[in-house]
Amino acid sequence: MKEDLVLPAARGAAADAPPEPLLEVSGLVKHFPVKGGFPVKRTVGAVQAVDGLDLTVHAGESFGLVGESGCGKSTTGRLITRLLEPTGGTITYRGRDISHATRRQLAPIRSEIQMIFQDPYSSLNPRQTVGKIISGPMEINDIDPEGGREKRVRELLEIVGLNPEHYNRFPHEFSGGQRQRIGVARALALEPKLIVADEPVSALDVSIQAQVVNLLQKVQRELGIAFVFIAHDLAIVRHFSQRVAVMYLGKIIEVGDRDSIYARPRHPYTHALLSAVPEVTLAPDEAPRRERIRLAGDVPSPISPPSGCRFRTRCWKAQDRCATEEPPLVRLSGNRDGHLTACHFPEEPSTGARAEDIVLDPALTALEGERTD
Amino acid sequence: MVQFIIRRTVGAFVTLFLIGAATFFLFVAAPSDYASLACGKDCSPQRLADIREALGLDLPLARQFWDFMSGIVTGRDFPTGHCSAPCLGVSFYSGDMVWSTIMDRFPLTLTLTAGGAVVFLLVGIGAGMIAAYRRGTLVDKVATGASMVLSSFQIYFLGPVVLTILVYSTGWMEDPKYVPLTRDPVGWFIGMSIPVCVLATIFTAQYTRMARSSMIEQLAEDHVRTARAKGMSRRYVFLRYAWRGSLIPIVTILGIDVSSMLGGAVVTELTFSLQGIGRLAVDGAVNKDLPLTMGVMLFGAFFILLINILTDITYAWIDPRIRLS
Amino acid sequence: MTTVTKAEGAPAPTGPGGFLSVRDLQVTFSTEDGPVRAVDGLSFDVDRGRTLGIVGESGSGKSVTNLTVLGLHDPLFTTVDGEIVLDGKELITATEKELEKLRGNRVAMIFQDPLTALSPFYTIGRQIAEPYMKHTGASKKAAWERAVEMLGKVGIPHPAERARDYPHQFSGGMRQRAMIAMALVCDPDLLIADEPTTALDVTVQAQILDLLKDLQREFGTAIVFITHDLGVIADMADDIMVMYAGRAVERGTVDEVLRAPRHPYTWGLLNSMPRLDSDLATPLSPIPGTPPSLLTPPSGCRFHPRCAFRDRVGGGRCVTESPAPAPGHRFSACHLGAAQQRTIFADEIRPRLG
Repeated sequence: MKEDLVLPAARGAAADAPPEPLLEVSGLVKHFPVKGGFPVKRTVGAVQAVDGLDLTVHAGESFGLVGESGCGKSTTGRLITRLLEPTGGTITYRGRDISHATRRQLAPIRSEIQMIFQDPYSSLNPRQTVGKIISGPMEINDIDPEGGREKRVRELLEIVGLNPEHYNRFPHEFSGGQRQRIGVARALALEPKLIVADEPVSALDVSIQAQVVNLLQKVQRELGIAFVFIAHDLAIVRHFSQRVAVMYLGKIIEVGDRDSIYARPRHPYTHALLSAVPEVTLAPDEAPRRERIRLAGDVPSPISPPSGCRFRTRCWKAQDRCATEEPPLVRLSGNRDGHLTACHFPEEPSTGARAEDIVLDPALTALEGERTD
Repeated sequence: MVQFIIRRTVGAFVTLFLIGAATFFLFVAAPSDYASLACGKDCSPQRLADIREALGLDLPLARQFWDFMSGIVTGRDFPTGHCSAPCLGVSFYSGDMVWSTIMDRFPLTLTLTAGGAVVFLLVGIGAGMIAAYRRGTLVDKVATGASMVLSSFQIYFLGPVVLTILVYSTGWMEDPKYVPLTRDPVGWFIGMSIPVCVLATIFTAQYTRMARSSMIEQLAEDHVRTARAKGMSRRYVFLRYAWRGSLIPIVTILGIDVSSMLGGAVVTELTFSLQGIGRLAVDGAVNKDLPLTMGVMLFGAFFILLINILTDITYAWIDPRIRLS
Repeated sequence: MTTVTKAEGAPAPTGPGGFLSVRDLQVTFSTEDGPVRAVDGLSFDVDRGRTLGIVGESGSGKSVTNLTVLGLHDPLFTTVDGEIVLDGKELITATEKELEKLRGNRVAMIFQDPLTALSPFYTIGRQIAEPYMKHTGASKKAAWERAVEMLGKVGIPHPAERARDYPHQFSGGMRQRAMIAMALVCDPDLLIADEPTTALDVTVQAQILDLLKDLQREFGTAIVFITHDLGVIADMADDIMVMYAGRAVERGTVDEVLRAPRHPYTWGLLNSMPRLDSDLATPLSPIPGTPPSLLTPPSGCRFHPRCAFRDRVGGGRCVTESPAPAPGHRFSACHLGAAQQRTIFADEIRPRLG
């Protein structure tokens, strides 16, 4: 593949000078109203999907957003791309406040921020040819690339590893992985500066996931496109993202560079999350184990999240203070620059095995207690 | 659930009021003169004015509307006599009270609807269920084939065929006619059996196909497979797990069918020369008899709303997810 | 209650005599486009108290195999050949009545999505009590008490009240616990778990996996655990069978298959999956191409169109000749010689895994 084919000047992420923030989000809030009541239906509450979120994405950087269902990571993605209108807070893209921008105001920016969706089956129009799907964004934005749209589409197909001859085929003629490549090509059509990828590989088979991850990585590095990579798979996020934010119930509870989050996490939830990932260990049995933390129950409802620290209801370190005072997202002593944690009683920065496992699940304690007695 | 029913009932009354208002203003405020219609060909100005006054058409529109709506609730007085609640006015054409005309015709329509529904539900759903249970066997193929053929028939074709066979050529049965159930139950049954059965046959075919496909869909559900994996017998799973889920689409269509039939089964009534609500609606339209047309329309709307509420209550009874949310 | 200690890494007994023994299983679906051989010549054993993990991607035949064990396939479109023997009893030829007595009683199943796998129409308690009444003849009241007891065992708080709830009133993790309670209510000898944690969040998945392991120790149940996730299988299984396009390609203990894998497809899976401790400088090496259509499966070894090592086998045998399933516990369906496999893994695959 010829890298110089279509590339805008690659903005290499120079490590020395801190790069200009591409996207800045501050105090972002999205509440979805809950209807109910009697005799007249009215708004009786709100799903607090995103509730006060700050983050910064630099040009050319890949930023990972992890968390479990209901943590608000997908909503955040849709807010950034302005598919949703925020309830509060600001989204600033290249110095321009786009939080409540109208369609018309957004038009010039739309081409710069693109989205890749999870389901490659439902996100492509089955009645359009691949050529039509990929050139769609160019048509809408009235962009005529040099050499014509068709030539550009063929280039894009080649970039994403598809045969340019398949220009006139329909989505159902492609496998899941190939469809996701079509989705990537469509996102690239307008030479975006930021791509929000919402669970881009989780619907794919294991052997196909790696193909798409590698493609995204190539696109990110070679075209210098910034990514917000939203996923629940911690290993894939680690592989893809230079900086990672962990979300829980609508808030970022910890954010930092990849190494800080995965090797030196401080928030108990980050510890629990990492400990829960089932892993193939290639090393022999005697190698040092990872810590074992088993939480109790599921994530509480985002309609009535716990007061104070939202994780406190499942946290083994929670004290009275956690219920009354919301911990700010700050740099703790010992944390690296840019590693912020929202916790009153942070953990040691290590994921190694502890002297005693933390098992909060009552069924597990009962069954395992029986055995040790 | 009680809250839900109350809310829906209140909503239904508001809707009825709006429908009443809409029909009233569409017909009464339309730029054609009803008095001259009622007056006929040799109409003198004096007679026209009398008619206007008698029909209340000389009053302001708002007053006319108020009289019409309050008449439904409290009854109203016409120069020709008192019209007790629910008063839908007086027919221009016959001079009869609209409400009592509707009430005269309604038992026939109700018989046709209820009788038809009982037959097509029992036979249709039964046949559909058996076809689904014995999917792929001869029974299934016969049921599917027969319902295909029958559902492509129309009442105005099947009706005369049946009449020719059973009445005109053999004389086995008499022409269909309506005898009130309270007066002569046997006569009521015999008199209405041909129209009810012909109507039901066509619906049965549709319900067989619907029940079968709905059931097959349910049998492919994960929870049905789970029940089988627990060791529950095929019959038990069929009757306890799959059947319940398959009812939802059937109830939806049943609600639509029954409410439209209660508003008048025009084709059936015409085919068998019966005098039901459907015939009344046609007469009203043909004769430009506005009070009658409005009355029949409101009456039909009432049933659509009522059955809508009943359908929702049935959903809740079938599916606890609806009940508890 | 029997306590079965896991013999870590010890090879399973070979030959016939497994509690569940499947021999040369063939499952064919008739579809509009023609017959599809979803499972082709599969053999495996599961012993009491042990866990067999079956790994494979979509279309590998892993779920079909296990529906067939319980006779839950659609007989109208499916033909099954071979042998499925459960504790000495042949299941393929068994009558529907005989299978009903086994299902939910001696062999139970857990499915992937607990929301759709539980009936929305009945309470959780009733759905758990139902098979208990059927299989033990217990009274309604005794069965209900048993259901409440099981709910407590799997960690549902306030089980007596929650038993009266409907599935949609439970959270995802709680539903899967209820599903486990339902599967274990008759104390089965074999539990088939088909992707039981795929629909769950990672912290909940960890709870459920540990719960299954703890319950297995307590009840001595044999488990067949189906998943696409190698990490989950590493955590759960004693033995692993890797499936590809309807066939078993590799079999062995967890240690053997994950730490000394011999089949190129297993290498491919390990190479394409990032781990929390993998070296970030090494890019993932995906398996090229896509899984084959079972309508027109590739000739010879079904993996050969995607295999990077087929040229190292002489005479184009990969294309023409299907590698014969070898007897014995440890097995790799590949034309590469055992020594060659070991060298390739040590020299070319292992270093890339970091």
